[in-house]
Amino acid sequence: MTARARQLLVQAALAAALALAAWYFVSNTAANLEARRIASGFAFLWREAGFEIGETAGLAYSAADSYLRALAIGLANTFRIALIGIVFATALGALLGLARLSPNWLLAKLAGAYVEVIRNVPLLVQLFFWYALISENLPGPAEALNPLPGVFLSNRGIFFPLPGDSPVLSGFNFAGGATLSPEFAALLVGLVTYTAAFIGEIVRAGILSVDRGQIEAAYSLGLARRAAMRFVVLPQALRLIVPPMTSQYLNLTKNSSLAVAIGYPDLVSIANTTMNQTGQAIEGIAIIMGVYLTISLSISAFMNWYNRRVALRGMLR
Amino acid sequence: MKWFRDNLFSSWPSAIATIAILWLAWKLAPPFVDWALIDAVWRSPDPRACRQPGGGGACWAFIAEKHRFILFGTYPFEQHWRPALATAILIFLWIFSSMRKFWNWWLAAVWGSGLALIATLMWGGAFGLAYVENERWGGLILTLLLASFGVAFAFPLSILLALGRRSEMPLLRTACIAYIELIRGVPLISVLFMASVMLPLFLPAGVSIDKLLRAQLALILFAAAYLAEAVRGGLQAIPRHQEETADALGLSWWGKTRLVILPQALRISIPPLVNTFIGFFKDTSLVLIIGLFDLLSTIKVSLQDPAWSGFGVEAYLFVSAVYFAFCFAMSAYSRRLERSPAHAGAPRPLVDS
Amino acid sequence: MKNPVGWAGAFALALLGISDLHAQGTLDAVQKKGFVQCGVNTGLAGFSQPDSKGVWKGLDVDVCRAVAAAVFGDASKVRYTPLTAQQRFTALQSGEVDVLARNTTWTITRDTSLGLNFVGVNFYDGQGFMVPRKLNVKSAKQLNGATVCVQPGTTTELNLADYFRANRMTFKPVVIEKLEEVLNAYFAGRCDVFTTDVSGLVSVRGSRAPKPEEHIILPEVISKEPLGPAVRHGDDRWFDVVKWSLFAMIEAEEMRLSSKTIDQAAASKDPAVQRFIGATGDIGKMLALDNRWALNIVKQVGNYGESFDANLKPLGFERGINALWTQGGLMYAPPIR
Repeated sequence: MTARARQLLVQAALAAALALAAWYFVSNTAANLEARRIASGFAFLWREAGFEIGETAGLAYSAADSYLRALAIGLANTFRIALIGIVFATALGALLGLARLSPNWLLAKLAGAYVEVIRNVPLLVQLFFWYALISENLPGPAEALNPLPGVFLSNRGIFFPLPGDSPVLSGFNFAGGATLSPEFAALLVGLVTYTAAFIGEIVRAGILSVDRGQIEAAYSLGLARRAAMRFVVLPQALRLIVPPMTSQYLNLTKNSSLAVAIGYPDLVSIANTTMNQTGQAIEGIAIIMGVYLTISLSISAFMNWYNRRVALRGMLR
Repeated sequence: MKWFRDNLFSSWPSAIATIAILWLAWKLAPPFVDWALIDAVWRSPDPRACRQPGGGGACWAFIAEKHRFILFGTYPFEQHWRPALATAILIFLWIFSSMRKFWNWWLAAVWGSGLALIATLMWGGAFGLAYVENERWGGLILTLLLASFGVAFAFPLSILLALGRRSEMPLLRTACIAYIELIRGVPLISVLFMASVMLPLFLPAGVSIDKLLRAQLALILFAAAYLAEAVRGGLQAIPRHQEETADALGLSWWGKTRLVILPQALRISIPPLVNTFIGFFKDTSLVLIIGLFDLLSTIKVSLQDPAWSGFGVEAYLFVSAVYFAFCFAMSAYSRRLERSPAHAGAPRPLVDS
Repeated sequence: MKNPVGWAGAFALALLGISDLHAQGTLDAVQKKGFVQCGVNTGLAGFSQPDSKGVWKGLDVDVCRAVAAAVFGDASKVRYTPLTAQQRFTALQSGEVDVLARNTTWTITRDTSLGLNFVGVNFYDGQGFMVPRKLNVKSAKQLNGATVCVQPGTTTELNLADYFRANRMTFKPVVIEKLEEVLNAYFAGRCDVFTTDVSGLVSVRGSRAPKPEEHIILPEVISKEPLGPAVRHGDDRWFDVVKWSLFAMIEAEEMRLSSKTIDQAAASKDPAVQRFIGATGDIGKMLALDNRWALNIVKQVGNYGESFDANLKPLGFERGINALWTQGGLMYAPPIR
């Protein structure tokens, strides 16, 4: 038998096995759904959800809206945490990476210790910790801290004014202005501090990878430390930094699904409630996986494009 | 003096940073030491000792009272020596495998017999040991077992996936890529949800796989995709001529892969493999969300005991310390590997978390 | 999957499609395997919670133990599967557990479309609100605009939304899965209101509040929450066994038979007692159980009142509507004859 024939045979067997497994699971599932009288299909998406959502990312929602709308709110909340998280994690991570390479011994060691501790404790534990810290140590709305005019800090969150709309204490809580809830804050702090530790290491590795000779050459050209960093080190380091950074951004987005444990209404948390109420687990999980897969593939596509761009510019320089 | 000037006060920004750090330490350290050590209640079977007015210290008595449950879960109390011994064996296995001189094919045999021994200890039902069903396993040993069994099964699977991803057969390659990207693209929590809620629907009526096994299955499938990427990194690092030389020697694909490619690729990918494993070890804490009694769950269940609730900070610090001890040992080890001469020139680990 | 071989064999077995459970009734299957597999809460004080030694305790746990006592004459022949709210119904439907005793509210949807049979009620509950006294709220009608702490995935969340909608009020939910987390949030002042079943509010206020007198439970009870054990649809013999195990505990309290007095009951002249302990008649046989099934339940687990006193009283629960019907409550067992 030729190698080509053998390859064909192996692939045919693989295709058959995959098809068989798929048929087996599908037929079992159909039989089970039938026997347990669980509805299937996505018709439930248009039914009334009947539960309230605490944060709606600025979109309108009430318990009388559909499950579809509830899930869309969840998705908007996921995007909100992921985007803001990525921005802050990148900034903090870059600072950490630089701090670890700082000539100041104390700063470098401190940054090193931070990275070690954060990286070696599960994120879930850290989220519980931050949430307890934030919700237990700030005062109630009546005794809210007022660090800046119009800005109020309480265990209901941070309230800050928008043009023509300032937060005012009315009844149980502040009304008006913009709000950042404690759940959001805890999740954000948890995700940012956690991801930044990894980004810091990537940045450090990227900078270290730049040939020592390059830096010395820059100094001998009379460039200051800052200028050498900006024009010589960073452009080269960036090329090494971008690919692993992609996976960190993806990780942050996926890790935001742990929101379910501390009560931030992200996509997973809303889908979880939906599954509970409709009993339609397959559809619920399919929605979660479909959405995250789309996000992941889009981010990696974008990063690949960016990576090519950076690589090219680096080359031309 | 010179050291201080060079390392702490070399420039104005540096000096400011140094002073700021010292000031913060001066402000934060004493209250923390007071809370954690000086005012703390170390041992007391009575939670009221921790709730005295004015006693602002940590309640380590909570950990002392609950440590058996935290470490061993609902395992029969008088049989706790069994999970304790199993934990010791597992840790020994890990340490054993970390030594370079034992890296051999028969290491797999050592692991096989080690895991068999642990399974016998945990389940019992032989050698005069009472049978203990796996619903009763919990605590630290469950965390370690989920991680160890997870890797023990995921590792071979990941090698196959990584090889499949480089295969010349388009269907096989596509299937492997699709699998790896699918799993890596979704959060672990959704895979766990799938195992806990959806898997029972996939099986014929009346056949059920218990919860622990379902979670273990999900973790294996999840870890395999990530480990496969670490292995792929190693495979890519092997120079093309190695393969060509093997072909020229007339080795078959299996022979070439087993004798030439894999031994080198795996050695190169050990640091990223260890890093992937650390991430995986931490991720086992997510089984809390599907109701398994791992280390994090047992401590949270302990917090729900009305007599002892409200000591969350102590609990989380303790559990952090345990995770840190394991992960730090592993990451220190991984760093040593990266620095060792055998790995000079090996690619830096890119897979992390 | 109760043996090491099962670990590896489970998947192979599943792939071959071997069905070993539905061929026979649950009772036969349970008797054959030698234990009752009971689905319980992952940790809810008073209902099902492992103690410091890892032994399961609670009102729901006692139902499991009663079933084991009835079937095997040994209350310890139970294996517990801790289940989250999402997993509970699937676990019962798929045969992973034989009984679900996990503070589950009996509703028509669950009874019909989820394929469950509720065997009765072991705890009558209703949803209420707790607020800090200093907010000066006297009625749930004054809660417009409040922030409410609630656990997700239960009827609680839906009742809450319904109540506020019906009364044309708005609220801001803080939805947290774990009880510990949601309580911390409430006591830290993250929410104005904590809502759950009244029994839960009482227990939480008694055991968790830093100062219990600073929190009040509002008079409105906005839902009915009859909590009870459930079994699978379509297996009437097993349904009977679980149902009457629960009733036997309630009936024993009414007959004043407790774990301490049951041994003297043999001397009783009361024919009802004689029937109950199996000295006369063949009630056990009707259930396909040993004739001393009820005696074993009371002796090893105790009557309903004993179970309540041991598990819920220390948390500050009062009998209230869970007293016997003879004492003004709702606990009522059909006659055992």
